[in-house]
Amino acid sequence: MAKKTNLEIVDQLVAETDYDRYIIQLSKKHERAIETKDLTVTYDGLKYAMNPATIAFEKNKITSLIGGSGSGKSTFLRSLNRMNDDVATVGGQILYQGVDLNAPEIDVFEVRKRIGMVFQRPNPFAKSIYDNITFALTQRGKYSRVELDEIVETSLKNAALWDQVKDSLDKSALQLSGGQQQRLVIARALALKPDILLLDEPASALDPKSTMQIEETLVNLKNNYSIIIVTHNMQQAARISDYTAFFNMGKLIEYDLTRKIFTRPKVKLTDDYVSGNFG
Amino acid sequence: MINSKITNKVAISFIRILAGIVVLILAFLVGYILIKGLPYVSWHFLTSPSKSVSAGGGISGQLFNSIYLLVLSLLISLPIALGAAIYLNEYAPKNKFVSTLRNSIEVLSSLPSVVVGLFGFMFFVLKFGFGFSILSGAIALTFFNLPILTSSIENSLAAVPNLQREAGVALGISKWETIIHVIIPAALPSIVTGIVLASGRILGEAAALIFTAGQSSPVLNWTNLNPFSSTSPLNPMRPAETLAVHIWKINSEATIPDAVQISAASSAVLLILVFVFNLIARRLGNVIFKKMTAGGK
Repeated sequence: MAKKTNLEIVDQLVAETDYDRYIIQLSKKHERAIETKDLTVTYDGLKYAMNPATIAFEKNKITSLIGGSGSGKSTFLRSLNRMNDDVATVGGQILYQGVDLNAPEIDVFEVRKRIGMVFQRPNPFAKSIYDNITFALTQRGKYSRVELDEIVETSLKNAALWDQVKDSLDKSALQLSGGQQQRLVIARALALKPDILLLDEPASALDPKSTMQIEETLVNLKNNYSIIIVTHNMQQAARISDYTAFFNMGKLIEYDLTRKIFTRPKVKLTDDYVSGNFG
Repeated sequence: MINSKITNKVAISFIRILAGIVVLILAFLVGYILIKGLPYVSWHFLTSPSKSVSAGGGISGQLFNSIYLLVLSLLISLPIALGAAIYLNEYAPKNKFVSTLRNSIEVLSSLPSVVVGLFGFMFFVLKFGFGFSILSGAIALTFFNLPILTSSIENSLAAVPNLQREAGVALGISKWETIIHVIIPAALPSIVTGIVLASGRILGEAAALIFTAGQSSPVLNWTNLNPFSSTSPLNPMRPAETLAVHIWKINSEATIPDAVQISAASSAVLLILVFVFNLIARRLGNVIFKKMTAGGK
């Protein structure tokens, strides 16, 4: 018999183990922000990029999704607000306030307003700081100048950017530093008054100081928002999140309170990953 | 170490010389045309009609025709090119058909203009019965213009980072709204560059127009603004000789004694016209860009 590579061994192990018992269930007293039931993703219609994943996220908490490259964590995250619609086939259910967001009749534009998303690289529009925040709003409805002014101020304050930009709201957003741009993008998402904020490695392109500021911002935001964040940074996950989910090779392996994942994980694979033995 | 230093120096001087040659040729051409032509350019020359046998004619009709044709053909070709470019860059699936389409457009952009002219002559002038007219000329120029304009606009759109599209979609804005309000404004400066290049070609085009817009300029009544009247400058069904065609004609079959001077002066005016249009288009593009993007970078 040919000797198996390490990857093949891990693959087989993952395939043979029943991981469902390593996924904690939220009890009745925990209010749920969003949950998935057997969520699957496939890019070519043949092979799962994401194997059936059932997981519930608690409201007003920060949940980190961790795992190596190609583990499916970003794919999973992008499915939650239907950003994968054009590139992949998503199966299973995404339950939000009792509605299956993955149903074909769902208005994806409305979904994305309720579930905001921030990407790895800051992507402000080539517009003024003010217009960046109001653009999506004015495309959808009628607002008076006073209302818009107020929304701009509140959103920027929530994203801890107001003090730095309040005198230059008509300047181009592209003139801001990377960290400021990322907080502007967060403010832009907040302006739509979402319930849930999805962040895909929001600090990985930023310097340590900007990263700390983003983390502080997120921790402050969790009083009003439920946050799900993909991160490659173990310390970051440990610092800011209440729950952590570990993904490996397209599979949700373990999901628990963050302190448990980082101190006493139940699965060896998780232990190896968080302690830096692979990934 | 020394070797790479020397090769670097040699390479830089060589490239500098090449760039210098290009600048020299350009400066010589522009200088020659202006020095030869400008002395004959006067207000009278710009505002009086051309004469067919006696000396002292002007180019008022030709000048107007050039600008009018440019505006008309841009009015027809710009919306079509913009739509096609948006489709190709934003919506078209990545398959063999679309890539063939894209290649054909690029091949079309090098179509000889005389072929476009003859095709326009057969199709619009004769078959459709438009006759030698501004309309036939404008459509021929559109044919000639569309491929360049489409690929240049497509390239401008492609240069806008995908992050911007993702940002729009993630905010619950439709793809179409994102394209109109985010992508096109961000691509505007390079779209304007494409329009300017295309316009330069239109203004300088003669071969495609000789057979479509014709070589005669009827007597125009500048106060007659009714586009259906045959003496109105705005009538799209009248024949219209442009500046470039005028230069070609007086050099090949002139019956006027001052043909050499008029040709030189017309060339200078054409050159300045292209330059002025270039300047205006860029200025306008910049103003709109600043307004929509808060000054960009």
